[in-house]
Amino acid sequence: MLLLILKRIGLGLITLFIVSLITFVGVEVLPGDACTTYLEREAYGAALDACIKRLGLDVPAYERYLDWASNVARGDFGYSLSGEMPINEVLGPRVKNSLVLASVSILIGIPLAIVLGIITALWRDKLPDIMISTITIFSMTIPEFISATLLILIVAIWLGWLPGIVIIPSDATFYELLSNIILPVVAISMIMTAHMARMVRSSVIQVMASDYVQMAILKGVPYWKMVFRHVLPNALLPAINVVALTIAWLLGGVVVTEVVFNYPGLGRLVIESISNRDLPVVQALAIILASIYVGINLIADLMTLMLNPRLKSLQIRK
Amino acid sequence: MNEIIESVKNLSIGFNSQKGKQISILRNVSTNIKKGETVGIVGESGSGKSTLALAMMGYIKQGLFPLKGECLFKSEDLLKMSSRQLEKIRGRKIAMIPQNAGQALTPNLKIGYQIDEALRLHTDLNKTERDKKISELLNKVRLPSPETMAFRYPHELSGGQQQRVAVAMALAGKPDLLLLDEPTTGLDVTTQAHVLELLRFIAKDTGTSMIYVSHDLGAIAQVSDRIVVMYAGEIVLEGPARKILKEPIHPYTYGLLKSIPKLSLAGLPDSMPGSQPQPGSINEGCSFYDRCNLAIDHCKKNSPDLEHIKELDTNVRCFNHKELINQNNNLQTSITKKTNNSEAIEVLKLKDVSISYAKQKFFDQLLNKISDQNPTVKDINIDIKKGETIALVGESGSGKSTILKSIAGLLKTKDGQIKFENDRILSSDLKMRNPNDLRAIQLIFQNPDESLNPNHTVEQILSQPLKLYFNLSGEELKKNIIDLLKKVRLGEFYMSRYPRQLSGGEKQRVAVARAFAAKPDIILCDEVTSALDVSVQAAVLNLLQQLKEDLGTTYVFVSHDLAVVRAISDRVAVLYQGRLCEIGPSQNVYKFPSHPYTEVLLGAVLEPDPDIKPKLVAEDIVEEKPPEKGCSFQGRCPRKIGDICNSEVPPWQIGENGNAIRCHINIEELASLQQ
Repeated sequence: MLLLILKRIGLGLITLFIVSLITFVGVEVLPGDACTTYLEREAYGAALDACIKRLGLDVPAYERYLDWASNVARGDFGYSLSGEMPINEVLGPRVKNSLVLASVSILIGIPLAIVLGIITALWRDKLPDIMISTITIFSMTIPEFISATLLILIVAIWLGWLPGIVIIPSDATFYELLSNIILPVVAISMIMTAHMARMVRSSVIQVMASDYVQMAILKGVPYWKMVFRHVLPNALLPAINVVALTIAWLLGGVVVTEVVFNYPGLGRLVIESISNRDLPVVQALAIILASIYVGINLIADLMTLMLNPRLKSLQIRK
Repeated sequence: MNEIIESVKNLSIGFNSQKGKQISILRNVSTNIKKGETVGIVGESGSGKSTLALAMMGYIKQGLFPLKGECLFKSEDLLKMSSRQLEKIRGRKIAMIPQNAGQALTPNLKIGYQIDEALRLHTDLNKTERDKKISELLNKVRLPSPETMAFRYPHELSGGQQQRVAVAMALAGKPDLLLLDEPTTGLDVTTQAHVLELLRFIAKDTGTSMIYVSHDLGAIAQVSDRIVVMYAGEIVLEGPARKILKEPIHPYTYGLLKSIPKLSLAGLPDSMPGSQPQPGSINEGCSFYDRCNLAIDHCKKNSPDLEHIKELDTNVRCFNHKELINQNNNLQTSITKKTNNSEAIEVLKLKDVSISYAKQKFFDQLLNKISDQNPTVKDINIDIKKGETIALVGESGSGKSTILKSIAGLLKTKDGQIKFENDRILSSDLKMRNPNDLRAIQLIFQNPDESLNPNHTVEQILSQPLKLYFNLSGEELKKNIIDLLKKVRLGEFYMSRYPRQLSGGEKQRVAVARAFAAKPDIILCDEVTSALDVSVQAAVLNLLQQLKEDLGTTYVFVSHDLAVVRAISDRVAVLYQGRLCEIGPSQNVYKFPSHPYTEVLLGAVLEPDPDIKPKLVAEDIVEEKPPEKGCSFQGRCPRKIGDICNSEVPPWQIGENGNAIRCHINIEELASLQQ
């Protein structure tokens, strides 16, 4: 078991290593380098030399990669060009803000998705299912930038209930944030919840049709007891990995939503640093987002391992 | 003994077709179950036997609904009860033992919990009493170490053990009636015999009534007091087990019994033409009319009623049953002798073949390169003569299909050689074989549903080998396809059909035709009849034999069913854990002396005769891996003589009958032991 966990972690690290290579090589093969890209027309003479010296661009690429990679491994992402300060200081509050946004969305979205999924499955083809399924399919098809814009239009502009744009300093406190993030959270969790609810629905329906559920009925197990004991544990297990994928996929939604709501998180930082041509920050963000992706999937794998008695006892049969 | 527990009255169950028509699956079924009695319900797939059994628990599958009639359990109609009321009856008064316990036990709950759940629902015992009861129940179904067994998950048990757990769970509520839906189908022969023996013991011990649903007349014969035969949703014959099996007076039952291969007789059983009508396709007349050789014009328009024959204590649904009353001597004798046209030339040789499933994982390959010392299949030496049918028999895990895949080139051998025609070595890698060798060896799979592409018509399916190997096209291609269809006795109009429009037997015929399209020298048959109904099985066996006699093809026939193997093969090789135990001409392998494993297998075969009881000589333990050294059968052998069996691989001994046995016991001694 322990070996298996270590193996998974090892594989995750290998993935990250490959991502770091790709980002580094990607930046390398771009015409010019970080300095010429950033300085643009002023990329000559003393300014360029100073920049090159500061970023250490005068040493060979592989040395720079090793240097950069070992710094990243220690948690030091280098120096932001546009912010004129260490990247870590730029990242700190942004990571916190995005984390708040994402975790609130997840905390609301996942339980809601599970409940909706179960309801639609148990009342399959009846009124509750038809209603909820229509709504979920509808919200699945609208991309975030449209739903976010519509939310602003309706809730913020027409109704005037909530602020349409998040205007808070990037180091705002948690409470300041909370009142501002209701709309972004709704925008993000809509698609995610819909996807997961569909997934849970089909998984529950599949398990309800299984031999062991029929057996439980014929054994005289009361309906709800059967649902909670025999159906749900087996139906939600395969859903875990999909949930993880959906969460990872939510990262993309976060980027879009943050831009629409002007929310000072990682997503907006991605867009900002790209338009500022701040390559060191872009590199750092690529690694961070990749780590989150790998991390979530790793957690999902481990959870499946923990919960599935088949995998737990590791009796792998043909 | 005469008190009626459950009675089904004029029950019809059906569904609404897409055209809005009401289609019945069960038609007007009435029967009574008495206290302490075991009733066998037998029928082929689609006969409505499972639907009837489930209705007897008040359970109707989704999409179906009762059209009329009632299921009275102690004079209360189960079909009219609320789910609250049913919960009080299911598991407590009527309990179910499912077909496939591996899938019917909830995977995330421990064995102990699942039995405890039944106890909590249906008894008033407290926690300590229940724990004691769980041990008792597990003990009663003869599971080893009941204390630790309760803490295991279903997947940690073997198929036979899972089935025993299901029995224990059903017994927990002390039901008056036990419903068994194909409880031994899918189990190995020895395991099946053991589970049946247990069920018989429980019926006697607890006095519970049982309803035993199965397609297997052999299993039914072992347990039933009374037998109900179903055909196309109707009861066609009902009466005491012995009468039904020895003097069947309905032409369907008669034909069914004749189509079962017998262990005691070599040769092919008679087959019944046609197949069971689809639900909704019978409008008038007898449902068996199309397949019946006693049918007269009267049967076409009028459907017979269930008629009670007093002297036989039997109900029969046939106008002409009297013609069958004194025909029963024919049951045993009408078997087609087959001719053995094998020649002395050896066409395929397996020399010291070993096959391993152990995969070298990425890291293992980097770190240590130890090859598998204990491969799944080891030291197989078989010479196959041109035109013969050689059968590989054994239970699951015996390596018989593995060997077949290796011959086909689908699985690489670890050691040894496969030689084809004049000692030419065939590469173990499919990609390295030349097209002519690929053509010469064809494979027919167990399940035609999976081996035929559902999106291709029969014409497309059959044209592929013809195009690939012979570059045929146009008129010539079409002519060849029609010829092939004719060979497997299917009409030209089948060309435009899709597999889903064919019955199981027709699909397997198409699969046979596809194999023959390549004009192969050797056809590998992997359990080709085990997914088919008995009456269809006999037809496919007869077809294979006919084709072989006409075309001189060689068959390598893999099966777990010893009676089927007896019927079709010229030579038999018995395998256990991937090692050969015995090999020889089939009439001799089925005679003593034989290898102890062959003896165990033969003893466990169930014959559709209540007078022939299986002999259980070995425990039905499931071994995960072959033993490292010594005899492969050491773990279960009833005739084990000592340490020599554990340490040394037994030598081959040739008996006077010409069969070779691999055992440490001297062959003459073995013969006298087995007398």
